[in-house]
Amino acid sequence: MNNSPLIRLSALTKVYGSGQAAFQALKGIDLAIETGEFVAIMGPSGSGKSTTMNILGCLDTPSSGSYEFMDIQVEKLSRNQRALLRRHFLGFVFQGFNLLARTTALENVELPLIYRGEDATSRHAAARAALEQVGLKGWEHHTPAELSGGQQQRVAIARAIVTHPAVLLADEPTGNLDTKTSQEIMELITAFNREKGITVLMVTHEPDMAAYARRIIRFVDGYLESDSRTEEAA
Amino acid sequence: MLWNTLLLALRAIRRNLMRSFLTILGIVIGVAAVITMVTLGNGATKSVSDQISSMGSNLLMLIPGQRFGPGGGGAPNFKIADVEAIRYQISGAEWVAPVVNKGATAVYQANNWSTVVTGTNNDYFPAGNWELAAGRTFNETEERAGKAVCIIGETVREKLFGGQSPVGSEIRIKLFSCEVIGLLKGKGQSAMGSDQDDTVVMPLRTVQRRLSGSQDINRLTVSVSNSASIDGVKKQLTLLMRERRNISESEDDDFRVMDTRQIAETLTSTTKILTMLLGAVAAVSLLVGGIGIMNIMLVSVTERTREIGIRLAIGALEREVLLQFLIEAVVLSSIGGLIGIALATGASFFLARLMNVPYLFDPAINLLSFLFSAAIGVIFGFFPARRAAGLNPIDALRHE
Repeated sequence: MNNSPLIRLSALTKVYGSGQAAFQALKGIDLAIETGEFVAIMGPSGSGKSTTMNILGCLDTPSSGSYEFMDIQVEKLSRNQRALLRRHFLGFVFQGFNLLARTTALENVELPLIYRGEDATSRHAAARAALEQVGLKGWEHHTPAELSGGQQQRVAIARAIVTHPAVLLADEPTGNLDTKTSQEIMELITAFNREKGITVLMVTHEPDMAAYARRIIRFVDGYLESDSRTEEAA
Repeated sequence: MLWNTLLLALRAIRRNLMRSFLTILGIVIGVAAVITMVTLGNGATKSVSDQISSMGSNLLMLIPGQRFGPGGGGAPNFKIADVEAIRYQISGAEWVAPVVNKGATAVYQANNWSTVVTGTNNDYFPAGNWELAAGRTFNETEERAGKAVCIIGETVREKLFGGQSPVGSEIRIKLFSCEVIGLLKGKGQSAMGSDQDDTVVMPLRTVQRRLSGSQDINRLTVSVSNSASIDGVKKQLTLLMRERRNISESEDDDFRVMDTRQIAETLTSTTKILTMLLGAVAAVSLLVGGIGIMNIMLVSVTERTREIGIRLAIGALEREVLLQFLIEAVVLSSIGGLIGIALATGASFFLARLMNVPYLFDPAINLLSFLFSAAIGVIFGFFPARRAAGLNPIDALRHE
């Protein structure tokens, strides 16, 4: 039990469309990720890195193969069971932030807690604490339109970590941000990985950002091309 | 779960005030239009049937008709003997009043007013539901001798006498002067729209001698006693008149017997058709409102689909998302429906007073248009959401 990894993909494939127009995005992926890892997933467009990410995040389903998450066979779960898995164990950060428009930062961060059924008092406290952790104290009542890109991404990170997820999935989290802001965001994500022990899976095509990770996986053409660890002095 | 979902739905309404407002507006206009139109139509129908009953119910009217075919031509008028014959030979006839109408100008001091003089007998008053506000009806001598006395209607009193009491005064009609012995209580407009109170009533003989100059009677009004059947009396009247007017079996009637019930039915069915027409026109505006809502919802489908993607990614169950959208749609269309009903109540109350028709609250149409608007809101608000919530979260998130 202790030996099994947090995430294990075996012979995972994904086919889009059918018949002549079918496109095989993943052609058999085997991968294991341990708790507490910081993994960067790299590769050119169409290499299958985002598809893998979406399947790992239970946002999409594989065509064949198996996906074990915390010893659960995810590919056998129903829609609702996958939603509950997302609710309790996963946090998402997207390239496009994906915050609710015209909704304050606080309410955005509260949202996952509402679905968890937490009461108003503990919800507010947790959301405020999360915003403070990402450095947005005092911005609670601003809507996304009133925040800069970097600030919006911080709100998104706060929303992802407010539930203390096991895994933070980040899909090109710095893709829409300038270099300096990108570094700040990466430092924030790294901090959550190092200090809170949250496993981070991050899709990126920027080597600078991938450099924050301890393990880099490269996809090419639907296959896993390389898997390297950057051992650094802790 | 329900409580939290309600919270989410209310938040969604609050942060999309423009969209919410437009949705509500569409419903408000539709609901208010339908309810107002139908309520006013009902009021008009009621007012018409009220006026008809003020004419007197159970009334039969005999008028000379046109005969068709060879030997046709103007049919003769009635005579005073017909009145007597009806009175004595038809048991179901309660009141029998001859009517001769002549236009004339009535003058009192410096005031003059052009009105219609009716020559008749005392049966005219109970048969036509007339009551006296002051004074008395004709006595036997006045009727037999054709004395110059008259009973005037409310409009004539107002035009000639203003604030004064008319009883006992002399008014002049054409070349003779005539004592006012009574004042009729006002009845208002007739079902045909004419002013029933614009009248001067005199004994039949007075009018025949001094105004019409002939023994003819234009019309007979017969009221049927409550115990007798209108159709029975109508049949008897027809037979009697055919006999009295020497009409052979092969010939058609040269007179017509109409009853107020028929007139009432004709008129109320007309206003009912008008109500339905108005209601149909208003229903179109409800439909247009619905299409407006549909447009708003479809325009916001991209944004909403993404929102649904975000919610699903965060861990919302499909049914939680659906419930939220359902609550949103129901809340918006209920608010719209209630505002619409309130607005319609105010508007129809006001317009009913303006148009001088009674205000009648119709629970059925209120409920019906409320339900219809709720259905529109739910269909157009909920079904696009249902499609989106059934997508893979990633497809909903990437919706363009």
